[in-house]
Amino acid sequence: MKWTYNNRANAIYFIIAAFLLLLPFVHDSRSLFILLTQVFIFSIFAMSYDLLLGFTGIVSFGHAMYFGIGAYAIGVFMKRYEPTNLNFVLAILTTILLTAIISFFVGLLTLRLKSHFYAMLTLSLSGLFLVLAEKWRTLTYGNDGFTFRVPEILKDRTDFYFICLICMIAVFLILSRFTNSPVGRVLQAIRENEQRTESLGYQVLHYKIIASIISGIFAGIAGILYAVSLRFVNTSVFALDITLDALLMTIIGGVGTLVGAIIGAGLIEFAHHWLTALAKEHWIFERWIIFFGIIYILAVMFFPLGIVGTLKSINWKRRKKPDVKKEEKLAG
Amino acid sequence: MMTTLIETKDLTITFGGHIAVDGVTIAVPKNHFKSIIGPNGAGKTTFFNLLSGQLSPSKGSILFNGKDITKFTPTKRTREGIGRSFQITNVFPNLTVLENVRLAVQSQRGLRYTMFSHFKKYKDFETKSIDWLKLVLLDEKKDSLAKNLAHGEKRKLEIAMLLALETEVLLLDEPTAGMSLEEVPAILEVIKKIKEQGNRTIILIEHKMDMILDLSDSVMVLFNGRLLADGTPNEIMQNELVQSAYLGGLHDE
Repeated sequence: MKWTYNNRANAIYFIIAAFLLLLPFVHDSRSLFILLTQVFIFSIFAMSYDLLLGFTGIVSFGHAMYFGIGAYAIGVFMKRYEPTNLNFVLAILTTILLTAIISFFVGLLTLRLKSHFYAMLTLSLSGLFLVLAEKWRTLTYGNDGFTFRVPEILKDRTDFYFICLICMIAVFLILSRFTNSPVGRVLQAIRENEQRTESLGYQVLHYKIIASIISGIFAGIAGILYAVSLRFVNTSVFALDITLDALLMTIIGGVGTLVGAIIGAGLIEFAHHWLTALAKEHWIFERWIIFFGIIYILAVMFFPLGIVGTLKSINWKRRKKPDVKKEEKLAG
Repeated sequence: MMTTLIETKDLTITFGGHIAVDGVTIAVPKNHFKSIIGPNGAGKTTFFNLLSGQLSPSKGSILFNGKDITKFTPTKRTREGIGRSFQITNVFPNLTVLENVRLAVQSQRGLRYTMFSHFKKYKDFETKSIDWLKLVLLDEKKDSLAKNLAHGEKRKLEIAMLLALETEVLLLDEPTAGMSLEEVPAILEVIKKIKEQGNRTIILIEHKMDMILDLSDSVMVLFNGRLLADGTPNEIMQNELVQSAYLGGLHDE
């Protein structure tokens, strides 16, 4: 039963991936590709966030700092040095190194700080990076940011579309492997019951740090792609909005499911696009964030499991219903 | 045979002004079966939390195999060989029953930091887990989520998880609490089986004294945090102090 279910899910993923890969050959809408590229980038970001929130149960409000580090790393490299492939690789390595180091220390802090205290701390930490990006003018050009040129291979929008899509698929595969590895299973145990995980003999802190680092690195990569897609970077990449977007995407899509993060990212990005387009019709659509607020409240109230979670639970209930009845009979 | 495995020396813990465990000194030999009894609030579970590391004592020390483990974390104590079950059911609610046990088996096998292989690759972990579930008569429920189990079943799961750790010492905190009467003998049977294997040291808290008397090698009685008596089941039964404690006649000064 479970196998057929998994196979069906895999088949659907495969079809969607193939469809997205073939799309550029049959369709030719520049704005759609740019939009889809954004979706892929934010999918990576949301999946990395979901690893913390959905799998390990760590609530972080500072995820934008990794995103921003990636964005600024690529920007600074491309601006200061020639936009060559080598420098591009160096920027990626720098991002990985920086995000790994910072997320290691941020992960360490989970030892002392629990839930909302940790959330507040990460919030202020990312605020610190925001201030740093504003004040370090020689490197970041302050609030206004700067434009930069990108290497030849990233110039074509269609190519970049493929690169982002492949990155997203790769991150999805890596993270689904990771969450199903022995370590990944322990992460889910920590989410469920930290104390019990400890008394089973697992060093909870180590696992939290592992989750924090992996999540930080992927968020940094999402930041790189984001900056490349705009060829521009400013302090907004460190803003709280970025973290809130990830939070929104994972919660609406379904916490604790990687597909949910992707669906959430798609939904939010498309909704964002359409709502701002509607601004020509009526002024209220300029304040599209109001609608997101409403959607968010409704989602938390009526679909706390998110889209994917709700779908799964419906399926599950239908199959297990006879079982539940039996249980009740036994209890009675 | 009589080498001491676990020893506590003047073990004391205070919460604010209240002394929950007061200067308890015991020695448990290897492969011994010891039961802890006492009225509600006597400090039995607190004493357990001290042994398993959930709490650290205000005073006194704990020795395991001659090694001072007073400062060890629960994780470290589990790895040294002290496993425990909890009185308040303490499982992973949104994971399946099988997964709950599998996590314990995975820990026991020392597979802690493998990141890039699928967990299903370790097929024997699953077979082993199912064996443990069979032992506690829970194998039919292996695919249910733990939160959907009946209370008694959660208790069984709890025990299966403890057994799966295969620790030298088993700390069982009221293993039969909240079980229906028909289920209790099965669990006692499991405990008896483990005892008969003769390679485990078991310390057990139990309310229903009569059930465990014939299993126990020795019984210790806690009352208001203090060690009231410690001896063979027979001695305890005859002990007047204990009887008045249980009948409620004894009052702390």
